Amino acid sequence: MDFGAGPARAHAPGLSQTRMVQIEQDILAKNNAYAAANRACFDAAGILALNVVSSPGSGKTTLLVATIELLKTQVPVAVIEGDQQTSNDAERIRATGVPALQINTGKGCHLDAHMVGHAVETLRPADGAVLFVENVGNLVCPAAFDLGEAHRVVVLSVTEGEDKPLKYPDMFASANLMLLSKVDLLPHVDFDAKACVANARKVNPRIKVIEVSAKTGAGMAAWIAWLQAARTLAFPSGEVAAATR
Amino acid sequence: MHEMALAESILTTLQEQARQHDYARVRTVWLEIGPLASVEEESLRFSFDVVVKGTLADGARLEIETSPAQAWCLSCCKSVAVVRRFDACPECGGHQLQMTSGDELRIKELEVD
Repeated sequence: MDFGAGPARAHAPGLSQTRMVQIEQDILAKNNAYAAANRACFDAAGILALNVVSSPGSGKTTLLVATIELLKTQVPVAVIEGDQQTSNDAERIRATGVPALQINTGKGCHLDAHMVGHAVETLRPADGAVLFVENVGNLVCPAAFDLGEAHRVVVLSVTEGEDKPLKYPDMFASANLMLLSKVDLLPHVDFDAKACVANARKVNPRIKVIEVSAKTGAGMAAWIAWLQAARTLAFPSGEVAAATR
Repeated sequence: MHEMALAESILTTLQEQARQHDYARVRTVWLEIGPLASVEEESLRFSFDVVVKGTLADGARLEIETSPAQAWCLSCCKSVAVVRRFDACPECGGHQLQMTSGDELRIKELEVD
C-alpha cells in the first residue's frame, strides 16, 4: 500500500489518503444468498417452488385458482401472493381451501428472496407441496430477482400483444415455461399465437409453451401434467414419498 | 423502478466492506453493468444519490462500465456479439443463441479513504 499515492501526492500524518479497494461483488449477491437459502429449504422439504410472473391483468390469480382446484386432490398446495397493496388475491386463493399468504410490497415493484423466505417461515407449506409464488404484476423488475424457485413461469394472455416477449425480453429469457392464457378468447381477438411463440423462442430458444384457459379448462391437463413432471424430476419418487410422509 | 433496490444493495455492500477494509468514506464506486442487466443507468444514478445521503458514501461518484454482450451460437459453434436478447446471430441469421455475458451487475472497485 502506497500512502504517498493519494491525491495529495504526499504522505501527511493525520491527513486521510484515498486508496483503491477491489471488491468484485455482485450487486444482487445478498438477494442471491437468500435465494440459495430458500432453495435449500425447498429441496430439503421436497417442495416444488414456482415463481409466477406476468403483467397486471393477465389472469394469474384466476389461472392459479383453477389450477389449485385440479391439483389440490393430488398434492399439497400453498401460495404466496405478491401485490403492492390489498390482500384480495390471497383471499381468492384461500377460498379454494389451500393456505395462502399475502405480501404487500408497498412501494416495491417486485418480490425479493428475503421477503419470500420470511413468508415461507409464516406460511409453512407442507412437505412435498407445490408452492406457487405469484409475483407482483410487472414484466420488468421481477426478472432480476431470484426467489429460490425451481422454475419461473411467465403468464401471457391473448388479450395482450404477441410482441410482448420482444418488448420485455429479460423476463421471457429467464422463464422456463410460458403459459399462454385466456385462449378461449382467441376467436375474438387479433392475436397471432404462432407469432407469439416464435417471438418467445427468439429470446429463449428453450422456453416451453402451454396454451390454457381457466374458463373452459382447455390445456389445464397439460399444465397439471407439466407440474407433476417437474415435481417428479426435482424429487424422484422416493424423495417425494419420504418428504410427504 | 427496481434501481432503488439495487442502490440500497450497493450501499449495504459499501457499509459491510467498510468494516472489512477499514475505511470511513467512499469517494468513487466502479460498477460493471451489462447491457442486458435490465438496469436504467440514469435511474440507478438518481437512486444511488438519494440512497447514500447522510451515509459514508454521501456524494460518491458512480463510474459505470459496460462491455458488449456475448452469445454462443449453437449453429455456428462460436461466440458472437449481440446488442439485444432477441438479436439473430450476425453470422448465420439464426436465433439458436445462448447468452454468455451481458447481464453483469457487479461492484468492481472502490476509491475510499
